[in-house]
Amino acid sequence: MTETTQTSAPVPAIEARDITKRFPGVLANDHVSFTLAKGEIHALLGENGAGKTTLMNVLYGLYHPDEGEIRVNGKPIRINGPEDAISHGIGMVHQHFMLVPVFTVTENIMLGNETVRGITLDRRAAAKRILEVAEQYGLAVEPDALVEDLPVGVQQRVEIVKALYRNADILILDEPTAVLTPQEAEDMFVIMRELTRRGVSIIFITHKLKEVLSVSDRITVMRRGQVVGSTVPSATDERGLAAMMVGREVILTVPKGPANPGADVLQVENLAARDDRDLLALNGTSFTVRAGEVLGVAGVQGNGQTELVEAITGLRPVTGGRVTLCIDGKVSDITGAAPRDIILHGVGHIPEDRQKHGLVMEYPITDNLVLQTYNQPPFARGIVRDDRAVLKNAEERIAEFDVRTPSSVIATDTLSGGNKQKVIVARELSRPIKLLIAAQPTRGLDVGSIEFIHSRLIEARDAGIAVLLVSAELDEILSVSDRIAVMYKGRIVDVVSAAEATREQLGLLMAGVKP
Amino acid sequence: MTEAAIPKTAARPALSRQTTVWIVVGVVVGGAILASYATNAVITTSVMASALRQSVPIVLGALCGLFCERSGVINIGIEGMMLMSAFTAFLTSVTIGRATGDANTALAAAVIVGLLTGALLGLTHAFMSVTLKVDQIIGGTVINIIAMGLTGYFYQANMTTLGKFQPIALPLLSDIPLLGPVLFTNPPITFAALILVAVAHYVLYFTPWGLRTRAAGEHPRAADTVGIHVNMMRYANVMIGGMLAGLAGAFLPLEAVGSFERNMTNGRGFIALAVMIFGKWTPFGALGGALLFGLASAMQTQLQFFGLGDVIPHQFVGMLPYVLTIVVLSGFVGRSRPPAAEGKVYTKE
Repeated sequence: MTETTQTSAPVPAIEARDITKRFPGVLANDHVSFTLAKGEIHALLGENGAGKTTLMNVLYGLYHPDEGEIRVNGKPIRINGPEDAISHGIGMVHQHFMLVPVFTVTENIMLGNETVRGITLDRRAAAKRILEVAEQYGLAVEPDALVEDLPVGVQQRVEIVKALYRNADILILDEPTAVLTPQEAEDMFVIMRELTRRGVSIIFITHKLKEVLSVSDRITVMRRGQVVGSTVPSATDERGLAAMMVGREVILTVPKGPANPGADVLQVENLAARDDRDLLALNGTSFTVRAGEVLGVAGVQGNGQTELVEAITGLRPVTGGRVTLCIDGKVSDITGAAPRDIILHGVGHIPEDRQKHGLVMEYPITDNLVLQTYNQPPFARGIVRDDRAVLKNAEERIAEFDVRTPSSVIATDTLSGGNKQKVIVARELSRPIKLLIAAQPTRGLDVGSIEFIHSRLIEARDAGIAVLLVSAELDEILSVSDRIAVMYKGRIVDVVSAAEATREQLGLLMAGVKP
Repeated sequence: MTEAAIPKTAARPALSRQTTVWIVVGVVVGGAILASYATNAVITTSVMASALRQSVPIVLGALCGLFCERSGVINIGIEGMMLMSAFTAFLTSVTIGRATGDANTALAAAVIVGLLTGALLGLTHAFMSVTLKVDQIIGGTVINIIAMGLTGYFYQANMTTLGKFQPIALPLLSDIPLLGPVLFTNPPITFAALILVAVAHYVLYFTPWGLRTRAAGEHPRAADTVGIHVNMMRYANVMIGGMLAGLAGAFLPLEAVGSFERNMTNGRGFIALAVMIFGKWTPFGALGGALLFGLASAMQTQLQFFGLGDVIPHQFVGMLPYVLTIVVLSGFVGRSRPPAAEGKVYTKE
């Protein structure tokens, strides 16, 4: 761990001293101190739930700290709400954009700080100033566009202009790349460097290690509400940062032995289905998954992966083709069967959208862990639920799968993303399943949780379960799968062995080019 | 740095399908009215005037719902707000009339009391839904039930007023054939309702207040992060809405009938709610919907008058306004999108 000496900037742009923030049952920030020098990009790194966002919400006035002091340009200030933060030149781009979708860019940017003539909104004058600000910082925005029509990358640019429009010279970017494609993320880094060149200081919150190393000037790592250290990119690497974040050595690539594939478990033949807009999303998809192997489905988002998983699990009507399960020599046609029937056949499903389809957010963890089995022994005796068995099951699963929670009976909604996903994985793997369908199982998770979930997938494989992994992350596909099926426009264009596949080859296949 | 490409938004056609539909409907309806006027001027004029009168409480009620829902609060208590205000306005008109003997003073005081009653009920609804976080449907229902109960209990049949608002003919304008008697010869609340539609449109779309109100109803957290006090906006808008419902209520005893009767609003608050939704949460949409309903009501009366009730059971003729409104509005208006955060309590974390 390297402590850097501060010689470059005598007066920091913003300084948080000994910030403490408690929530019921959680110490979110425990005497956290953080300094942002003028004109630097300072990355704040940490796992989900480490307290990064809490600290930033304190700086932006959305939370009031229980203890501690904030100084801007050396002067102690009191921030009672976002309007105070804005007046001190602090701007924040939230992880979930704070833009009204049905408003235009101009309306969103001027909101709360409107340009008026008399009592009438002067949209034209505001748009002119927006273009001036945008040009000054080299950002391109279209003032009259409706925000809901814009791609996420552009919406993010609008958020940045919104902060600069309010004369912010300290920018807090909360996980700005989480919603971006790799190309959009590159553009974002160019913008960030350009902003610092023009005098803006940036706090960059993330848990992606590569990004931190490539873009930041300084790195501060948080773990469980505390600052565990500071360093500079030249003095560390991905392994070092991951270890600081998690508090132990982290294995970034999954260790696994060769697969021992058995008989075919899932057979998908010429499957066809339509998407939500009634367009053909699956157009003759065929593949098989064998017991004891991981079949990874790679592809650019929107080539039918979501529909494929939904069609197999009975969540989407099938318009053609067949899905057959062969478990212990027993063949059953599950095409268009009810989700419950499919589950009872021995299929586990880690859905793409864990908030919407994986968990009932208002339920306690105990109930979410028995969503499919609540009516079977030991959780039910006749028509009566056995609360003690449900509770015992939860305590065991929480311990076994390392779910970090103050209690097993709190609403699942209060858990961090990684812990929510662990609850789902715990539920699916604790049933006697023969096929596991994992859709984007590590999306938005931190390295610690990713490592955990990957190792569980491999364990499931080694236990003889057939695993179908659908992921947009090529690294994940390459490191976890045994065979890789590449999906393009609703079809599998090719199936290749993971050991022999290269990123370039997969990239070509994902673009529909078959060598 | 390289100029990042701005993806152009899809070009919008000069006239949306929506606008085209409205223009066609307007031309057809206008043509029908003119043809009817050429055939029988007296009846056409009276039907049109009646249509406008019937639509006044509906459009004011819809504006009430509009201000509430645009700020994020569902208000199904419009009916109750209207009924209660109608009652207090009537009582004021009776009492002040007795005390002063001057009809105009009594009516003016009655309007003010009606507005205040609406504002007070708006405050009640805001307190329940914003501060106490009561389910907003239940809050609105409470207001409806209370209004029904209190007005029914306290109403006495033998009260009389000195009179109701009389039509004012605007000079020159009222001499235009058809338009003059229909649009420009009206009592004050009717004029006020038409003006308020334009005012509401201006406030919602052209002032900072309207921008902030809509932001509170669409994405309250976004509004909060730029320093807008979401809950204060909601309180204020629900109270403004309450005053509009109060004016709608006051219209009934002060301008339409001249007296009060039990359950006088007779579902107009709910029709107003439907008209607001069909009007896509816009003031002029609400006006259009209300006028359509008013026209259908006026025609229904006229058809009964012509003896159609002898051929077809009169209950079926009585259904005309409701059926016509639903068919036309659901058939032509298409999908509408409510404010994204309506009905959702906003709490800072």
